[in-house]
Order: sequence, then structure tokens, then C-alpha cells
Amino acid sequence: MSDDTTETLKTLPLDSWHRSLGGRMVPFAGYEMPVQYEGVMAEHLWTRENAGLFDVSHMGQVQLTGEGAADALEAIVPGNISALGVGKIRYTLLLAQDGGILDDLMVTNTGRNLYLVVNGATKHDDIAYFKAQLPSHVTLSHLEDHALLALQGPKAAAALAKLEISPMQPDWPVPADLYFMEAGPFMWGDIPLGISRSGYTGEDGYEISVPAEHAETLAAALCALDEVKSIGLGARDSLRLEAGLPLYGHDMDAGVLPVEANLNFALSKARREEANFAGADRVLVQYPNKADKKRVGLFINGRQPVREGASVVDADGKIIGAVTSGGFSPTLQKPIAMAYVPMALAETGTEIIVEQRGKPIACSVADMPFVPHNYHRKPKL
Amino acid sequence: MSRYFTDEHEWVDVEGETATVGITDYAQEQLGDIVFVETPEVGAELGQGDDAAVVESVKAASDVYAAVSGTVVEVNEALEDEPALVNSSAEEDGWFFRLTLSDTDELGDLMDEKAYKAFVADL
Repeated sequence: MSDDTTETLKTLPLDSWHRSLGGRMVPFAGYEMPVQYEGVMAEHLWTRENAGLFDVSHMGQVQLTGEGAADALEAIVPGNISALGVGKIRYTLLLAQDGGILDDLMVTNTGRNLYLVVNGATKHDDIAYFKAQLPSHVTLSHLEDHALLALQGPKAAAALAKLEISPMQPDWPVPADLYFMEAGPFMWGDIPLGISRSGYTGEDGYEISVPAEHAETLAAALCALDEVKSIGLGARDSLRLEAGLPLYGHDMDAGVLPVEANLNFALSKARREEANFAGADRVLVQYPNKADKKRVGLFINGRQPVREGASVVDADGKIIGAVTSGGFSPTLQKPIAMAYVPMALAETGTEIIVEQRGKPIACSVADMPFVPHNYHRKPKL
Repeated sequence: MSRYFTDEHEWVDVEGETATVGITDYAQEQLGDIVFVETPEVGAELGQGDDAAVVESVKAASDVYAAVSGTVVEVNEALEDEPALVNSSAEEDGWFFRLTLSDTDELGDLMDEKAYKAFVADL
């Protein structure tokens, strides 16, 4: 089932809780994690209609503290971090010196420091890179004593509102007042929570940082609500695929540049003008659409999914690209995929041939997200 | 009719020279929601252990091997419209294909139901 079963796997704070709920545990990012409970399809659809609780404690939670931390971070990410207001979150990319993507991450300006959430499989490499690249007056703390829970779905806000969670200061917003990509510090009784209105499903929802020793209490309280069920990694993957969200290590890696990965929105205007982030020359020469290849969405004719690793081929069968994620969309009830294709074939509607197990499969380039996002965005003034 | 099992979680019903092949209830449970089954071509000649079919869940594709050698004579066309039959009736209505056995001695390599149950219990 997996190629990393021989590694020594670590367990996460909610390990026994997942097992008690009947979660099927599999190796993922060096940990044993629940891939499913009642089934991927049911869990996926539940999240799209209600609220799902995801344990994402394998992800790396990192704080950068010290004068000029934002400016220092900007040397290795293309996001406008120094302009990030208190309580605001930015999605950005960790770039190698040649502009290749080392990771994607969320950065929150907490007012006291920068709070970063990075991918689980890359967190140790990321931390080593931060330590090598950031000046000594910026202190890095890896919050290994914190779990991370994601509550996602159209009923996430109503569910979380049932827990009596208070802001750190009486006049600060409650969780329901946060808009998409806003965050704040809260108290649940005497348990401190860092809550972000963000996620990886395309739905409204929250990501909640909680001290590891209280993670089970919080998870159990949320799952006791009628709207909430615990959801495994399988549905997390199918949800993010429908939302058009790339998965690091699959849909992008160190050999891919941001424009190729179709992540132009992560190259903020101010930073493009400054052009002083790692690999800026290589990255910006491709901006906005001058790369040779691009990550696109695919619809697949018929019902058979194409999977990661299948080749995109031309009419002569020559390999011209690759599928990087693929599966069956529970919401659309048909297969969908992400692939790298030559820029000339990246227009929506272009017909593409994918070869899988020696057979050609007809596909067409699709707009992403495949399923519309349902974020709680701040109204435009 | 005799039913045989493989350690790849396939079942084989043998009636005379004809074998009907599917995956076991244990296998469908492990795979989860089946969304597509790629069956072999009628007329295909399969050797024991060859790739015979592909079963696709939401998340992954899994190969189904030919438990015994033979020529494919029929495939379960109901799976085209209703692949979830493999979940609801893995060992009956969710069969994959039928073949004419080319070497009945190969059946000796397979498990009977009791042996298969013991095999699954040890997993």
C-alpha cells in the first residue's frame, strides 16, 4: 500500500483517539495517520454539506520572532509579508536560491511574531533552511508541543460557535467574526487556541492550533456536535483536489517554478517590483505566462480516473507532460486531475491525451477550482 | 460448483471448464468506494498471475491478477454503470469476468474458503 512502511513511524497526539473511532491508520509524512473512518466518499460529501474535523498535527507550526522577521522572511518567499496586517494570513512559497519551490506555507502576523504552518513531509528541511537563511536576531521556535485541527465545511462556523470560545481581549472578535485568511488568539476555558479562518478543502472553516495535551478534549468536544464528524486524509485529498489546491511533493516540488505551478497569485505586485526574493530572476522572467509548461486541471472523458504518474502525450505518443494528482470527484461524480502540460495546450477546453497503463485516455483542460470555493470572504467595500 | 481464493483477495468459482472471478468482500472493504472497474477484453488470453483488471477507488487504482490461466469469455457489463456493485455484492453480483480454464491443475495453487478465512484472520 505504501513505500514508507519500513520507516520508524511516529505517532501524533490524537493517535489513540483516531483508533478508538475506527480510523484506519496509514503511514503519511513519517506519522501514522487516519486515512479514513467510514469511507472516503461519505466523509468527503459530509464535509461539503456539514463540517469535518481533520487532524493535521503532522504539519509544522513555526514561530519567527524578532525585529525585522518579516523583512528577513521576504528574502526566501515572494509574498508581501512586511505589509501583512496584524491578524492577517498570507499563502506563500518557500523558494530555493534558484526559485524552485521548496514548500508552500501559510504566514500569519500575530502582532508578536510570524506564525508559519508548513507541510509535514518538508518541515525539518524547511526549518534547516530557515535557520541557514534567516539572520541570527530572528528566533525560530518549532511548536512541536501543539496539535493542529482543521474544522471545514459550510457548518463549521455554526459548530465552532457552540463551543464557548472567547477572544483574548473582550473587545477582540470572536471566531465567527473572522473572515477568510484572518486569525487571532482565543481562550476555550483555560485552554489557549490560535484560530485561523482558513483551510485546504475549498470550504469555509478554521484551522485551530491547540496545546497537544488538550487536543483530544477539543477534538472530542467538536465531534460531539451534530454537525461534525472526524474525517481522514483520503477525503482531505479528494476535497483539496476538487478545490484546485496543489499538494506539495506531488503537484509541485523543487524542480518547479511558481509560474509553472500556476501560482502567480503568490507573487505579489510589490515583491515582483522589488524582485529581491530567492530566485527572482528565474521566477520573474516567466511571469505572467512565459513558462514552457503550466499546472492545469483536467476533466477526463469517461469514468476511469487518471492517476499521479500517468503521462500526457501528443498525437504521436511522445511524452509532453505528466499527471500530478488524479482521482474521482465525489461531488461531481466523475474523474478529475491536475497535470503539467505545455503552455500552448494550457487553455481551458484544450483536448489532451493522457496515457495510462499503455492506453490513451481523452481529457480536456478544465478551469479550477473544479468545485467552487465557499470561503467566508470579507465583503469588498 | 467450487469456490477458490487467492492471497491477492480474489475469488474463483469453477463450474466445469468455466471460472468466474471477482474480488473478495475483504478486498472491497479495504479498497473503499469503488468508482470504476477496468475489465479485460473478451477473447483475451490470460496467464496465471497476469494483470487482468483494474479496480479504482476514489483514491487509488489496484490491479487484479488472473488467479488461473484461461481465455476471457465474458465480462460483467453491469460494472460499467454501477461499479459500486463491487462494494455491495463483491462475491456475487460484483463479479469481474469469466474465463475458460486452460489448466485446471492451477486450481491446486489456490485456497479453499476455510484456508482463506484463516489467511484473512492473520492479516
